[in-house]
Amino acid sequence: MAGSDDRAVLRRARGLGSAKSGVRHWWWQRVTAVALVPLTVWMLVLLLATAGEGRRALMVWLGNPAVSVLTVMFVVMMAWHMVLGLTVIAEDYLHHEGVKFAAITLIQVGGVIVGVAGVISVLWLALGGTQ
Amino acid sequence: MTERTRPRSPHVQIYRPQLTSVLSFTHRLSGIALSVGGVILVVWLLLAAAGGSAFGGLNAALGSWFGRLLLFLWTFALFFHLCNGIRHLFWDAVLGFELANIYRSGWLVVVASTVLTVLTWVIAMSMPGVA
Repeated sequence: MAGSDDRAVLRRARGLGSAKSGVRHWWWQRVTAVALVPLTVWMLVLLLATAGEGRRALMVWLGNPAVSVLTVMFVVMMAWHMVLGLTVIAEDYLHHEGVKFAAITLIQVGGVIVGVAGVISVLWLALGGTQ
Repeated sequence: MTERTRPRSPHVQIYRPQLTSVLSFTHRLSGIALSVGGVILVVWLLLAAAGGSAFGGLNAALGSWFGRLLLFLWTFALFFHLCNGIRHLFWDAVLGFELANIYRSGWLVVVASTVLTVLTWVIAMSMPGVA
């Protein structure tokens, strides 16, 4: 009896309740949210600073390593947070298992594409872009 | 087996909308809107990196009255999701979870996101080459 109780406690400590995947999804949604508070404000500043200036200004700004690092961080956190949020919405409102599976797969693949495309674009512009 | 229409329990639509439920729903809705906006932001970066004429085309579309209306709504969605997201993070820390405080922070989110949206657009319109 004591043994099974200990195991239950251990599983809970590892975050493996009856749902098996524990609190990982919830936790990363919060981590990305906290990261996005300053990063979103940053992205808005960059967009305002380059608004109406064309791509030359964007390249000058992103040419600064600190600027491109923050912008890459924004893109990664945004894509990740987006996947986590949209997944919860799909889980809550799509009741047909096949449709739900397809939607979540699409959200995850789409999130990876958005993240990769964003990071490569920022680096491309930072490193001189297409002349 | 015959299909029977079973009595259903009352669902959300029969309840009078309250600030709490409206903000909760708006958080998800703004999250979906921001996901679309995030994809467009990455497309914008991708076209800037590619260096073709398509970047100018997208900028022209975003600069039209309809484009600016969308950008304005995205700005509001962004600030709303940001402010309400911070409200959620406080709740996660079990802070401000009394009914009176939930309403107080709710109204604060509505006012703050409206003020920040207007402020951002005042700055944006004052940028050279925008207005």
